Amino acid sequence: MADATAPYRIRGETGEWEVVIGLEVHAQVTSNAKLFSRAATAFGAEPNTQVSLVDAAMPGMLPVPNRECIRQAVRTGMALAATINRWSRFDRKNYFYADLPQGYQISQLYHPLVGEGTVHVLTDEKDEGSAKAIGIERIHVEQDAGKLMHDQHPTMSYVDLNRCGVALMEIVSKPDMRSPAEAGAYLRKLRAILRYVGSCDGNMEEGSMRADVNVSVRRPGDPFGTRTETKNVNSVRFVQAVIEHEARRQIEVLEEGGAVLQETRLYDPGRQETRSLRSKEDAHDYRYFPDPDLLPLELDDAFLADCRASLPELPDAKRKRFELMGMSAYNASVLTAEVETASWFDVLLSHGVDPKQAANWVVAELFGALNRLGVSIAECPVSPAHAAELLKLVADGTISGSIAKTVFEKMLESGDPAGAIVEGEGLRQTSDTGAIDAEIERILGANADKVEQYRAGKQQLFGFFVGQTMKAMAGKANPQVVNERLRAKLG
Amino acid sequence: MTELTRRTITELRDGFRSGDFSAREIAEQFNAAVAGARALNAYTVETPNDALAAADTADAARVSGDLQPLSGIPLGIKDLFATAGVDTTAGSNILAGFKPPYESTVSGNLRRAGAGMLGKLNMDEFAMGSSNETSAYGPVLSPWKRNDGGNAALTPGGSSGGSAAAVAAGLAPGVTGTDTGGSIRQPAAFTGISGIKPTYGRCSRWGIVAFASSLDQAGPMARTVRDCAILLEAMAGFDPKDSTSLDLAVPRWEAGLSSDLKGKRVGIPTEYRIKGVPDEINALWDQGIEWLRDAGAEPVEISLPHTKYALPTYYIIAPAEASSNLARYDGVRYGRREAGEGGLEGMYSATRAAGFGAEVKRRIMIGTYVLSAGFYDAYFNKAQRVRALIKQDFRAAFEQCDLILTPTAPSAAFGLGEKLADPIAMYLNDVFAVPASLAGLPAMSVPGGLDDLGLPLGLQIIGRELDEQGVLIAGLAIEERAGFSARPEKWW
Repeated sequence: MADATAPYRIRGETGEWEVVIGLEVHAQVTSNAKLFSRAATAFGAEPNTQVSLVDAAMPGMLPVPNRECIRQAVRTGMALAATINRWSRFDRKNYFYADLPQGYQISQLYHPLVGEGTVHVLTDEKDEGSAKAIGIERIHVEQDAGKLMHDQHPTMSYVDLNRCGVALMEIVSKPDMRSPAEAGAYLRKLRAILRYVGSCDGNMEEGSMRADVNVSVRRPGDPFGTRTETKNVNSVRFVQAVIEHEARRQIEVLEEGGAVLQETRLYDPGRQETRSLRSKEDAHDYRYFPDPDLLPLELDDAFLADCRASLPELPDAKRKRFELMGMSAYNASVLTAEVETASWFDVLLSHGVDPKQAANWVVAELFGALNRLGVSIAECPVSPAHAAELLKLVADGTISGSIAKTVFEKMLESGDPAGAIVEGEGLRQTSDTGAIDAEIERILGANADKVEQYRAGKQQLFGFFVGQTMKAMAGKANPQVVNERLRAKLG
Repeated sequence: MTELTRRTITELRDGFRSGDFSAREIAEQFNAAVAGARALNAYTVETPNDALAAADTADAARVSGDLQPLSGIPLGIKDLFATAGVDTTAGSNILAGFKPPYESTVSGNLRRAGAGMLGKLNMDEFAMGSSNETSAYGPVLSPWKRNDGGNAALTPGGSSGGSAAAVAAGLAPGVTGTDTGGSIRQPAAFTGISGIKPTYGRCSRWGIVAFASSLDQAGPMARTVRDCAILLEAMAGFDPKDSTSLDLAVPRWEAGLSSDLKGKRVGIPTEYRIKGVPDEINALWDQGIEWLRDAGAEPVEISLPHTKYALPTYYIIAPAEASSNLARYDGVRYGRREAGEGGLEGMYSATRAAGFGAEVKRRIMIGTYVLSAGFYDAYFNKAQRVRALIKQDFRAAFEQCDLILTPTAPSAAFGLGEKLADPIAMYLNDVFAVPASLAGLPAMSVPGGLDDLGLPLGLQIIGRELDEQGVLIAGLAIEERAGFSARPEKWW
């Protein structure tokens, strides 16, 4: 396995290159209504059924900021330890397109809502040494555009305005990432934080999170090279593919004596390549200016305090807490990576189970079972309360670890609680020395030769006797008692 | 038959309430006047049935005792206001045939106050103009003629030219106007009527086709100051649908009316003595000062040092906002569409080329230019800073005075076509009006007298932010002393 702390380098014809990456993530804000209108925002509705007069830019319509969207963006900023600007303002970004009825997007260029912050990532979850802080440049709030449908009519395109005006947070990173792995770790961590906060569902397939990928290459130690921006990439895997592809393409251009053009590119996942969309020369002149329909956004202490108070425990804090409970760094990291897992696990802990034992069981047994069943933890057929009961039965010696696996399988199938299964199927572990001793006597008698060998020094045969005894007891014998009695009998 | 079309809103309201005549009689007479004055081209749409229906409601309400403040009063509505189910075109071909499924807040407020609608009033296209000559429907003709024996067709001013002509000609007792840089005050002055632009944010902009959002403000135009107070009271009010709307209770402006200016200081800005302004205008201004002194006020010289930058500032900010506000007229969702050639861009170009008139195109180009990369700081940003200085000028001046008196316009009404070829000469019309617009202050024009050619001249009163009451009181003081009763002779 590669050392995650070693710098990522691409070997070209003429030597090694470093890649520099910055990401602009567009995250759709979770809210019932759009940024400046009261139209609904649910995904997948019939075309043009969630469009207000404002969204359709009818004459004389005016935007009114949706406080909930602002609140979500502020909470997100706080979760990224970012500066919250008490005074911000909306600007118009002017351009013509059929999915943009107003002829301008209301965004924030000059005075964004959120300033600089940080995302802490581990490129390798098992290695604290791979920790890195990725800077956030800013977060601003803006309107999403509608969608064009090109397959509905032979000569015309149709316009669906359902998404038009939905609130987006544009989360702009600093050019702090140096490898596809770092970019992937950043995106996953950012997504996790957004989902913890509840400000974005992070669903990249439905487009509620997409990234513009800025890539440049340079010789290690040199100043930044010219960057390209690849627009609207909608999965972590694709983002990493774009970085790899773009870096190689740029290196080829540079090594052949050419210059990288500052341009906007598009990713084609089918062909796994990027291609030029428009160069700097053809770039739009967006004629940004403050939106005169809107007053500056001024946030007061009470609003900020409310935002802060509503923040949940975030992944980093939760991971530290789990580690302090005695869990391994890896387990703590895995258990906090997804908000649903962390919530499920927190409920499990609230039932008074041993944290370390519970963590091991969830990571080893529960995750395995969920994988097998192909369901998420939110759909897990075993509730945290039932799981806690199972773990307690193991902890107090009622059943053995191996019986617990059997019981868990039955719980997954039937949904019954662990105790009922153990009782119903007579799986309770026995410490009855009389019964255990009787079986041991029988086994030792039937295997006199092995007893001889053991006593002559072949110590590894002890495991054979344990196995035989457990088998004879149908797995229900307390392993500790079996060990004790065997040692006593074998002398 | 009682001649009702010559009466004020106050007279109509009181006469209707005391049973001297019915609301239906009022509506019928105004409907007839409207139908008989098509030569003036003041109305783009006539809605006689709307006026009659509201009148019948008013007559019933008088019986049931359920009267609203404007019950029995029919009004004309500038075509910039969205009126549900009734053509709303902002004087532009690009909105030809557009019938909004919604009613503007201001016209809705008037309807709720009991008013009926006589029709939609012609205006400069998208309110861009000072003579009503940029309208897609053709110019409105002023009911006024010069007394020089000629028969020159005169402008009623603009952009609320249809509104002004309708009131002056007795085609409505009162109307709505909008004022971005003088569009209520200048036409009011040109046609011998009163009009007030309230403080920015008093009237909701929701449902008013936008020209320049940071400047647009609705206001009433009528025969008298009291009528303006009555209408403004019904139009104004907080609207959560407009983020720039002021969350304040509407004052009882009519009840607060007087003409007593004792203890008030009236500022006379030195910088408004502009070279080339006719003596008659300055003479009327001096007369106005005397009228206000007579009402108890003390005139004081004040300085508004950045006045000369107001017009250039306005002609950067207003077109910049307009260039963006008018981007939505793209032929996709409503209004005119020309398919053109070359896909989406071809449709945009063809639609906008065919739909917009020359002045609108000029302002879109100016606005696009001043916002473009490399020019933004030199033009738009600088204009924003100058605008702040102009506001500061007024703030400083209002430490020395309570109201400001100036002429409304630098000339009387001019002839149609006289200034059409020279945009700068046209823009100069608003030289006295624009500073108060940039500062968002309430400002009113009241008629002061006639010039040598028998055409009306107006005086402008500018007040502190939110002091519409002070402006109305000074307006009434002038109205009482000027005794302006001239009416255009009916020739249409």
